[in-house]
Formats: sequence, structure tokens, C-alpha cells
Amino acid sequence: MARSVSHRSRNTSAVRARRVDLLVATQKGAFVLRGDAARRAWKPQGPHFLGCETNHVVLDPRDGKTLLAAAVTGHLGPTVFRSTDGGKTWAEARQPPAFPKALEGKGGPAVKRTFFLAPGHASQPGVWWAGTVPHALFRSDDGGASWEPVSGFNQFVASLHAKKAGYLNETPGGAITHSILVDPRDAKHMYVSLSTGGFFETRDTGRSWRPINAGVLADFFPEKYPEFGQDPHCAVMSPANPDRLYQQNHCGVYRLDRPGEQWERIGTRLPPRVGDIGFPVVAHPRDADTVWVFPMDGTAVWPRTSPGGKPAVFRSRNGGRSWTRHARGFPPVQGWFTVFRQAMKSDTRDPVGLYLGTTAGEIWASRDEGASWKRVTTHLPRILAIEVVER
Amino acid sequence: MSNATTVKVYVSSHVRSYTAGQSEIEAQGRTLAELMADLDRRYPGLRFRVIDEQDRIRQHMNFFVGGELVRSLAHPISPGDDVHILGALSGG
Repeated sequence: MARSVSHRSRNTSAVRARRVDLLVATQKGAFVLRGDAARRAWKPQGPHFLGCETNHVVLDPRDGKTLLAAAVTGHLGPTVFRSTDGGKTWAEARQPPAFPKALEGKGGPAVKRTFFLAPGHASQPGVWWAGTVPHALFRSDDGGASWEPVSGFNQFVASLHAKKAGYLNETPGGAITHSILVDPRDAKHMYVSLSTGGFFETRDTGRSWRPINAGVLADFFPEKYPEFGQDPHCAVMSPANPDRLYQQNHCGVYRLDRPGEQWERIGTRLPPRVGDIGFPVVAHPRDADTVWVFPMDGTAVWPRTSPGGKPAVFRSRNGGRSWTRHARGFPPVQGWFTVFRQAMKSDTRDPVGLYLGTTAGEIWASRDEGASWKRVTTHLPRILAIEVVER
Repeated sequence: MSNATTVKVYVSSHVRSYTAGQSEIEAQGRTLAELMADLDRRYPGLRFRVIDEQDRIRQHMNFFVGGELVRSLAHPISPGDDVHILGALSGG
């Protein structure tokens, strides 16, 4: 806790006028939810790529105009679409993420979907990272036009399979590579999560990797705390302190303060009737001790819906030592929300705005750091991911 | 491409964004692999959407050559063969 930084600025006059847009990736295409400066009025635009399962749409913060979208259909293979004019026009990547061709007669893997897109470090314009199903990492050096496998990572994944068979597995959505976190202080330093497989670190831009999973439960193995094999659903790096990491795991909510190596399960302080299972976790943009989760029912057969049909966000202001339930605006009963791992995000305004998208195609927004919520759009397809753009 | 056979290729709606909306096009090749290479030259990106990086026809795409369902890119193309590239009936 000693390394956390707290500097919640009130000096936001310049920021206050910025408009907020939500880039919404859904099972049936991408949409943009255009908000006004007050974050009160929202207007959906789109669809883009209608009929395509769109897993992630991300704006390049380095140029403010390049957009990448990861798309696949039920019939066609996966691809990445690019826009260099802020989404007015789109073109397909010249060389989407794909594995090398295997030797003749040897079966090789094929990318099923690109799941996660991450712009590279600020010092590396044009660099992007992509996490795919099955487990693999790809890199682009030309703004997403062409992609190459990150052999250091992909060979590392193969080594994990060889080391402990059965410890890297598929979720119902496949073997997902996600939560690609680039250290803003050091372009060589990154984290990547595998669902299932665990949380991993590189300090040499992806050439070599190591697991960091100590303290994280994997209750689906006989060995409950293995070196790897855990199931991080979502991991985030605090924008206020890149050494502060939060993880919403299949088996709880955790915090890690680097250079420490031991995750602490902070979800045990959530109410037992709610539990600490969920998909997303969101870190405050300026306060490393503030974090939000959206618990779901992970009991019995894992309904993955709001516990008891009572959707609520839980917020901690002290790094997970205690949590406060916030449900004002949500249905008090019969609200069976499911919010996927990439479908809850924040803006950087003061007070911070939070946004979550449900599998029922609704987007809910909070303008007061999660204290109260309002449904701002309905009837979209199943929401897979949200990204916040401030203009 | 010597001795290449030119045939008609019919494509389903899934890939017509690549063929400028055309459902019927012509392509050359002695094998399905050559035919797809010819198509990808003229309609960049089409091949990868229907054939993966290991040269496997994607699971939910069907290729018919001369009325026969084929799963191998080595399948020969004969004069007069019609080639159909169709989304499979998979998903109701």
C-alpha cells in the first residue's frame, strides 16, 4: 500500500468540456455511443461491421484518429479493420494476425478471433499488440496494417503446455489472451493474461516471460495455488501508479503491488452473499486506491448473473480493505445482468464516469464515480467490450 | 500460369464485400489452391477469410467443385467446372 499514489485533482476545467464517446463492441457489430459534454445525452451511431462478432474497438491515444476493430463472423475467419479517419471509413488489415504456416504434413494452429487490442507505448507510435484465441500475442509496427506473431510469447505458451499438461485451458469463449498492459514508464515492460493460464510479465518487450501468480487461487485444480494455470478474467494497471495492479479472477478479486510478487485476495472483504467472482475490474484514473468491481453469481453452476438478481457495483477507496455497495438506479430486484470482462470502463473526468455494457445490450452510466447509475441505451446486441474516448 | 483453367466461381453473400458485390466471377487455376491465389490477387483479403493460415478451408465455409464438396486445396480444377464458395448451413 505504501507505493500507491493518491492525487485526485480538482483542477479539471479544461477536461470538463470534453465530450465522451463510447466505442461499443458487440456480438453483431460495433457502435459508437456519442455523449455530450455533460455526459447526460447519449446517441447511438452505427452499426459498423453488422453481423460480425466484434470483440474490441480501440482508438489510438497517440494520434487520436486511428481506430482498430477486431472482428470475426460465424463463417469467415478473423480479421482486423482499421480506420485512420476516426471511424468514417474502414479498411481491412493487409495482414491480420495469423500463425506461421506449419511444416507440410504438420498441423498448426489458426487464429480463431482477435480478442484484445492494445496500443503500444507512447514512445512507439504505430506499435500495437493483439491477444488472440487461441493463446497468442501478435505485434504490429505499422498501425495495425500488418501483424506478426510475438514468437517469444507464443513459444513461452508452448513451453507452459509442455511443462504442465492441462494447466492452460479454454474458456467457453476459447483460450483467451487479454489484458495486455504496457507500463507507461518503460516500453519493454508489459503484462499479459491468459484465460485460462494466468498472469505473465515481460521486461524485454516480449522476448522472455515469467508467471506472476503467487497467492491466486485456482480452485479447479487439485493443486490450488499452482505456478500458473489460474484464470484471470481481467487485469488492470492503475493509471495513477503503474506498480499497482488489480485482477478480477475466476477465483476472486486480487491486488498486487510491485515489485512484490504475491497477490493479495482483497475480494474476501466483499459481502459473503455477493462473493468476489466477476468479469471486469476498473481502476480509478487518479487514485490508485480506488477500484470498482461488478460481482456476479459464481456459485453452483455459475449463472454469471448479478447475485440474487440485484445488480450492484462495489467500490473500494482503500485498495480493497473495504468495499461499499452502489446500486442506486439499477433494478432493485429481477435484474439479471451479465457484464463481460471488457465491458466496464471509466473516463478520466472529475468526478469519474463509469460505463458498463450488459449481455442484454444495455449500457449503464454513472457520472458520480459509481454511486448512482442510469441506463443510457438499450436494444444493442450482446455487448462484448466498451472503450471510452474523450474528445 | 501455364495451362490454367478458367472457370466460373460463384460466391455467397458472406464474401461479396471483397468482390465488389459480384456473385459470379471468373478465376484461373489448375487446382483450388491456384484458383484461390488468383482470386486473392484480384480481391485482396478474400482468401484468408475462407482459408486459414494452415491452408485449411474454414470450418463453416463449403467449397464445391463441379458439384462435389471438397475440403482440400489440392483438388484439381477441370475445364467446365463451376466452383461455388458458400457459407455452410451452420447455425440455423
